[in-house]
Amino acid sequence: MTSCRVIVVGAGHNGLVCASYLARAGLQVQVLEALDNPGGAASTIGFADGYKVSGLAHILHSLSPKVCEDLDLYNAGLTMGLSLQTISLDQKGDHLQLGENTVSGEGLTEKDIAAYADFKRDFRGYARALEPLMMNKPPRLKDMDFPDKVTLAKLGWKLRFGLGKSAMREFLRVGGINIHDVLNECFDDDRLKGAIAVDAVMGHHMGPRTPSTVLTYLHRLRGEIHGPQNIPQGGMNQVVNALVKSATDAGVSIRTGCRVSRILVSDGKAQGVELESDEQIAADIVISNADAKTTFLGLVGTQELDAMFAHRIHTTRTAGDVAKIHIALNSLPVIKGLSIEQLGQRLLIAPGMRYVEHAFNHAKYGEYSENPVLEITIPSLSDSGLAPPGHHVMSVCATFAPYVLKKGWDGNRSQFLARVVAVVGQYASGFENQIVASQVLTPADIETEYNIAGGHWHHGELAIDQSFMMRPVHGTAQYDTPVDGLFLCGAAAHPGGGVTGIPGHNAAQRILAMNEE
Amino acid sequence: MERLEAHDFNEVLQHSPFHARADNLCKLKNWTSWNGYQTARFYDTLASEYFAIRSSCSVMDMTPMEKYRISGPDAERFLARLVTRDISKLRVNRVTYVLWCNDDGKVLDDGTIFYLKDGEYRLCSQHHQLDWLLISSLGMDVTIVEETREVAALTVQGPTSCSVLTEAGVVGLDQLKPFRIMHTNLNGFDLMISRTGYTGDLGYELWTDPDNALELWDSIFDVKARGLYDVRPIGLDALEMVRIEAGFIMPADDFNTAETTVRADHDRSPFELGMGWVVSFDKGHFTGRRALLKEQGRPIRRRLVKLMIEGNKPPKDSFLYDRQDGRRIGTIKTNIWSPILKANLAMADIDYQNGSPPSEIWAEIYYQKELEWRATWAKCSISEKPFWSHPRRSATPPLPY
Repeated sequence: MTSCRVIVVGAGHNGLVCASYLARAGLQVQVLEALDNPGGAASTIGFADGYKVSGLAHILHSLSPKVCEDLDLYNAGLTMGLSLQTISLDQKGDHLQLGENTVSGEGLTEKDIAAYADFKRDFRGYARALEPLMMNKPPRLKDMDFPDKVTLAKLGWKLRFGLGKSAMREFLRVGGINIHDVLNECFDDDRLKGAIAVDAVMGHHMGPRTPSTVLTYLHRLRGEIHGPQNIPQGGMNQVVNALVKSATDAGVSIRTGCRVSRILVSDGKAQGVELESDEQIAADIVISNADAKTTFLGLVGTQELDAMFAHRIHTTRTAGDVAKIHIALNSLPVIKGLSIEQLGQRLLIAPGMRYVEHAFNHAKYGEYSENPVLEITIPSLSDSGLAPPGHHVMSVCATFAPYVLKKGWDGNRSQFLARVVAVVGQYASGFENQIVASQVLTPADIETEYNIAGGHWHHGELAIDQSFMMRPVHGTAQYDTPVDGLFLCGAAAHPGGGVTGIPGHNAAQRILAMNEE
Repeated sequence: MERLEAHDFNEVLQHSPFHARADNLCKLKNWTSWNGYQTARFYDTLASEYFAIRSSCSVMDMTPMEKYRISGPDAERFLARLVTRDISKLRVNRVTYVLWCNDDGKVLDDGTIFYLKDGEYRLCSQHHQLDWLLISSLGMDVTIVEETREVAALTVQGPTSCSVLTEAGVVGLDQLKPFRIMHTNLNGFDLMISRTGYTGDLGYELWTDPDNALELWDSIFDVKARGLYDVRPIGLDALEMVRIEAGFIMPADDFNTAETTVRADHDRSPFELGMGWVVSFDKGHFTGRRALLKEQGRPIRRRLVKLMIEGNKPPKDSFLYDRQDGRRIGTIKTNIWSPILKANLAMADIDYQNGSPPSEIWAEIYYQKELEWRATWAKCSISEKPFWSHPRRSATPPLPY
């Protein structure tokens, strides 16, 4: 049996971030990855002969600048791309173009244009007020330690004095309600409301009318505090490459293609891991980048856990709702009124809030949306290496496609793909005939291929009862777990998913702080 | 659904399979509910029932006791993780006393595990535990079936219990050791007998199919009819007296069970119940282990103790003080007058100082004299051993009384 000071299970971006921090602090770290390549959801995959695309995450919203600087990612090859606009498609060609503070499009009133600037300013303010919660472990409400008190004090200060009295009052009013009501208060144009609502519901089992969709919207919006959404030069994989370089430079060893089958626990303490090959590796600290269900119920096993803790992990909501669809095209799609440059932006098909809500209705009853909400990028426009010359790849996040489909996904992937193609075809005439190849990754497929229970974007629903000091469940919300020496560092931990690096950063800080004690 | 249809909603309390006989012998019709079954508090007089247990032979219907059948490849693993005690040495046809905790190391209930055959156990508990058992079964290949209604059970306790059951036709009972199980045949039906009980005396528990219940009852009471030994049915009140004499705890009466506790710190750990002897830290993980390990490292804050109270005034629900008119340090939870010891006995919850019991304990007792309330003080002492026990409880063979 070999041994190592620290083992990180999973080379997703958070696993790499965590490993890199710990190695920089002088710990001997080994990362074990089941797949053949590191990077998890941000890695590039080939889905048809000659066509490649980023497997799951296709836009960088909020990679933490602190992580980029601490880990020297810019010198490791990461260059942020140009700011991506969001373009909400309209069948008549009256598309809306949404920037950070400005919105433009045929038929928009001056009132809505002004309201958009106000809305974004206010909501970025709320997101900024919540920032103290992000880069720290979420404070416990009972038995707080000093850092927890500092975090809460900062949060209180930011809410009261950062926002000011009336903005704080407004934040407390809208914080727990749904985005549907808020957007109806702010705007008249339904296209605009639909486009904003997408950011509140995509990746969640929520429609615009679902309570707490303001919080999920803020979770998405917080990236804008630090910089615009973009596709890094060279694609999402460049984030992975930079993290791998940063980590290996710091001394981390990364082993791919070795699946961890068990986290070894005895006497209440993590002792190491066992690989599928029966090889055992001893370690003082085991850090899991996997989701909570995979970590506790799969790798640790209920035998080593208290019954109610295991039950609470088991009952967390982890069923994903977004399918990732990859389409190889023999030429660029033609969308009326869009230039080639505009085609390279983030395209949305969500022509109204009612459209989004109706799409969600199907998911409630275990069906895929008849008219799904789509987020589309054509990454081959910025990275020509992804497709043969003249050809293109389209990357689509399609919601709602529930993890548990009532009629089962087997044999129904192609039906859902047909719906997606038909919906895109309503905006891009002749689209169907341009398709050379395609791939559908339902949440069930994502679970199998990426080892994420439920195939959920965030390793678990980002609802209030599964957030902050209750993420993934209370008792393991500060990255440490009931098993001594076992930690969580992935999206299942606070503050959740997205390519942010924050859970990995926070977990590393927590481990180092506990090591000092 | 089947269970719903089987239930008559006009029947507030269920009848046990022994009900026809119990109803006939219960002169006072002083019924109460035990787990939803119509159960006698006593049949005629408390004194005669108490002395049946201590001096002759008592019979009690214990069908309402919650019973679960636990089977499957992971049955042992499941039980080992459920309870605090090391059960790895439990063999087939043996019984052991256990208790189990929630994640915080607070006691949910206690009971007994009967190892029936390879991969198959019966767990008896004081209170309904099916939800907790199912929660605990996550990730285990185990089948849990509540079989309270499927098994008729009688407990036959007292010095002459072995003689009575032998006269009733049970062969080889005198060779059965404490906490062992035997399978036998009585008048043509299968009967399982375990040498277990809640009285601290010689006694047996009898388990059979509900179809044989009345026949079992009759064959025992026939020994009395033949003029050989006295046999009396007893109710819950007499049992309460002997279990306190024997020092057995009663969840929900002596302490709040964790599941029903609402207020912080009102639940109790095994250490706080004086049950540290059933907690084993070197047997692998069990629910509550982490919390109990932590608690073990700190001085104990309070304990459920067996308390002997001087004088003859009943210390019912009395507050306890460190001296007369002193600081309040605890409460009496349950108490009895023990006829055999001529003493007031109680289970009491007492605060400890720096891990030690108070040097003096005084009970403030309110009592009535001809409808006039009076108050008095009585000195108390902690008994670490059971108040009462008898060598025949563990002797094999037991002497033929």
